[in-house]
Amino acid sequence: MNEKKMRKNRWQTVIFLLIIIVLTYLSAAITSFNFVDGLATIPKAIGWMFSNLMVTQETLDKLPTILEKLAETTFMSIAATTIAAVVSLFLGVFGSKVTKVNNFLSVFARFIASISRNIPVVAWALVLLISFGQNSVTGFLALFVGTVGFLTRAFIESIDEASQSSVEALTATGSTYFQIVGKAVIPQSLPQMISWVLFMVETNIRNATLVGILTGTGIGYTFDMYYKMLNYNAVALVTLCIVITVIVVDLMSNYVRKVIL
Amino acid sequence: MEATYIKRKKDGRIHIKSGNKGDRVLRSTLVVLTLLTFVAFLFFNYAGLELRSAITETAYNLKVMFLEPALSHFSLSEAIYQVGVTLSLAFLATAIGAVIAFFLSLMAATNLAPVGLTRIIRVFVAFIRAVPTVLWVLIFAIAAGLGSEAAVLGMLFHSIAYLVKAFSEAFEEVDKGILEAVRSTGGNWWHVVKSGVLPSTFTYLLSWVFLRFEINFGVAVAMGAAAGAGGIGFDLFMASSFYFDMREVGFITYAILIVAFLLEVVSTRLKKRFFPATSD
Repeated sequence: MNEKKMRKNRWQTVIFLLIIIVLTYLSAAITSFNFVDGLATIPKAIGWMFSNLMVTQETLDKLPTILEKLAETTFMSIAATTIAAVVSLFLGVFGSKVTKVNNFLSVFARFIASISRNIPVVAWALVLLISFGQNSVTGFLALFVGTVGFLTRAFIESIDEASQSSVEALTATGSTYFQIVGKAVIPQSLPQMISWVLFMVETNIRNATLVGILTGTGIGYTFDMYYKMLNYNAVALVTLCIVITVIVVDLMSNYVRKVIL
Repeated sequence: MEATYIKRKKDGRIHIKSGNKGDRVLRSTLVVLTLLTFVAFLFFNYAGLELRSAITETAYNLKVMFLEPALSHFSLSEAIYQVGVTLSLAFLATAIGAVIAFFLSLMAATNLAPVGLTRIIRVFVAFIRAVPTVLWVLIFAIAAGLGSEAAVLGMLFHSIAYLVKAFSEAFEEVDKGILEAVRSTGGNWWHVVKSGVLPSTFTYLLSWVFLRFEINFGVAVAMGAAAGAGGIGFDLFMASSFYFDMREVGFITYAILIVAFLLEVVSTRLKKRFFPATSD
């Protein structure tokens, strides 16, 4: 590296940092975010959390209701993810460069994935809420639509990555399309795909809480209810239950991932 | 000579695959997920669901949304401003989060910090990540009052936790030789970070940050809707839950879609440039 290049690099870094700083100030101005206030809030909030977010004996009576809602939310996220995975498997096979049937289907699959991924789950939840009403199906469908987009993209990538040469080998032996997909593509990319599905189950449990707050279902609704009733001890218990569920699911999926990958 | 043992099925055919642990776990994962899915439908709460009318109504709503978008409760410039607010919330949370996450992840990488410290930070970060962002925002909202501070802080917590995980994994993959080389010249810890770790991971970190920015935009929309944090998400919530104005919902959805799409294009470009191996 000569001196000229080093100087150029240094200038690039400086300019890059300046742009970031300007953008940060601009964003702070638009949202009237005050850095000092924000910083001052952190200790205040943490202090508040420790003094108010305590699980007491009384709130433990609510545990059965909370657990029931938690189970509903967990099952909802798992069902949404698996069913989305089945749909995404087809879309992924159609969308991948290696295994596409024709260009039209490939573009179509990518288009669906892109639309459903880029419209936030919130928007789907709000639209579905209007006609489906406050029940699990609304949450299920909202999660389902968001998951299809994400998983299709992930599946396309795993198929592309895994199966180039084996597809070529099977094509050379004169295999049919279904034989190629069934014997070469899916077995090879299955561990990757399962890993993505497990990741999505974990993400969806967290998203389900958000969807629940909006659509009045499951654990999100329970949280919102206690929050609005200012019953912070119950809020703490609900949060704790969610945390434990997410961590347990995370540990299990990490174990599976370690063994299969 | 010992006879070779061949595993056979009941009818005498040879087992082509000898099952290993990975296969078994993979298969049982699939079975468990399938079973849980079937069980799930028994657990659902179907209160007030009329499937047939709901489907036709949703189809109609989607048609109005996507084919006849229009604004009725605010103007176009207002809409652009609100998208700007959402983007700014996401930017603030990402930028501040990235700086804090950088220092925290230096302490969470096993090759740069003592093992005890890395454990504490990892457990702490795993806990933060397990709490959904919206709960953080709502919890902060009680202490800070509803507004941009609560929204940014809540999103910040989650971004930090996410980035610390990604960053520390990247740091751990830095070639041992590089670190040793800097140390052998008498460089202290900060020198190791500045001239050993940072140059070889910088672009990688940058694309993680951008990925997080993309995620945070979606989160910021959600925070507007669920926690009243303002921005386009709040307008979306009002349009759909208060005014039942599908045309406006459609317009807002298009606005979000365009921004999200642009962000995705930029992030794919960045990915292609910085890790060509993973892009298609």
